[in-house]
Amino acid sequence: MAEPKTLSETGIGTADLAVSLRGVTKVYGSGVTALGPLDLDVDKGEFVSLLGPSGCGKSTALRLIAGLNAPTSGTVRVSRRANQARGTHSIGFVFQEPTLMPWASVRENVRLPLKLAHQPAAEANSRVGEALTQVGLAEFADAYPRELSGGMKMRVSLARALVTDPDILLMDEPFAALDEITRFRLNNDLLALWRNLRKTVIFVTHSVFESVYLSQRVIVMTSRPGRIGAEFRIAAPEPRGEDFRTSADYAGYCRTVSGALAPSYSGAAG
Amino acid sequence: MDALPTPPLAAEPGSPESRTVRLVRILLPIAVLAAGIAVWALVVRINNIPPYVLPGPGAVLQTLIGDWQVLSKSLLVTLLTTLEGFVAAAVGGIVLALLFNQSKWLEYSLFPYAVILQVTPVIAIAPLLLIYLPQETAVIVCAWIVAFFPVLSNTTLGLNSVDRNLAGLFQLYGASRLQTLRYLKLPAALPFILGGLRIAGGLSLIGAVVAEIAAGTAGAGSGLAYRIAESGYRLNIPRMFAALLLLSAAGIVIYGLLALTSHLVLRRWHESALGKEN
Repeated sequence: MAEPKTLSETGIGTADLAVSLRGVTKVYGSGVTALGPLDLDVDKGEFVSLLGPSGCGKSTALRLIAGLNAPTSGTVRVSRRANQARGTHSIGFVFQEPTLMPWASVRENVRLPLKLAHQPAAEANSRVGEALTQVGLAEFADAYPRELSGGMKMRVSLARALVTDPDILLMDEPFAALDEITRFRLNNDLLALWRNLRKTVIFVTHSVFESVYLSQRVIVMTSRPGRIGAEFRIAAPEPRGEDFRTSADYAGYCRTVSGALAPSYSGAAG
Repeated sequence: MDALPTPPLAAEPGSPESRTVRLVRILLPIAVLAAGIAVWALVVRINNIPPYVLPGPGAVLQTLIGDWQVLSKSLLVTLLTTLEGFVAAAVGGIVLALLFNQSKWLEYSLFPYAVILQVTPVIAIAPLLLIYLPQETAVIVCAWIVAFFPVLSNTTLGLNSVDRNLAGLFQLYGASRLQTLRYLKLPAALPFILGGLRIAGGLSLIGAVVAEIAAGTAGAGSGLAYRIAESGYRLNIPRMFAALLLLSAAGIVIYGLLALTSHLVLRRWHESALGKEN
């Protein structure tokens, strides 16, 4: 996973950008403008959080970047490796729910993206094993999703996103449904993974504390329609850990970001 | 990174409480059956009812054993018809549902007729089928008509109830239609399909019986329903009861087999096949 890769760009102008949105809007069939216009650049290897209240279009933005939905107007550009190998994929997506196939074992769930890419079994097996080890679930490969706790299911989901060795990891409130202790642990594990693998991560959350703890940059979105309200660089030193979580710096960042989020509270009831 | 040492949850089938419950669930229906048979025998004996009006359970059992040669042959004929109707219904229902799922146009064009076939009472269609088709075929077609609809509608429901995010995931990884069908839609629909098959099993037996009755003595058939009709004309009431007994036994066995299949296929993952404690 650590070997250097020759990256050449298709579809994106600047070599350092992983994702670039220009004037992107999304209008749903009912005429509701869910998003935009939105301009957003994410550097390669950057960890960016999209923070905002429910219904501010942050999940919509993520789905547009993933190509799951098409924008109504504007352009979405995502960098790709030109010589992308079979079974590799530039984007990994982690949904709000673990979104596992209940009829398949953990191993089969993680193997899915490789299977869809027709990758040979032997290579797929070693990749699946590697991804499961990365999230600490190697010994649960043969378990079924229903036998796992919520946190472990999320880890499986993360392993499945990592198995194709993507350049960009899109995460849609992945830990929102978990209890706080599990969430803290997964936050730390995610940071460790990001430090090791140096993927670009775009992380959608409605938790100020989570966004500040994880990200290099927090983008606060306003609702109806979803736009960028404010942007903050979190210049805390790496690696971050429990020390950072209890530091005065952290509290200060959280206060500032919360302040930027405040207009959203009064605007949208609930 | 740590692995959370949560052991897989499992029901404890050996616990004394669940064993008692299971025993009660088996014993209670048997007790009801025994009581019913006792009342039946008593009523027949006290009122001195002649066997050509209402035979006692003893007489029915005697006939069942005495006429086993004839009845077992009829049972086989009816079971074979049922099986053929069931297989036709299963294949037809699933294939049609898959086609509907792949092409909305096909679904819009044909689905109303599937409904019409279903809501028209098969007993009214059977005489017509018997005119145009050879009897064996007509009987199977009858079984198919009654049984295919639950398979079709359940499979359609199952194919349409795929998790939206999972569908998105398949889209993200560029899954082909065939891959989506094979790895996502079919497994997701499996519990629904099995539920439909369970209904279809009983219904194909009903379809076979209806067609045999409609064919009546005019037909060359020798199924159980034919035996019932024939025995009715001859006032051989004990044999009617014996044949009826075999029919419901066949129905119970068919249902039991399909329920068992469903359980075995789904037991690792589906809620319906898991213990309540989980």
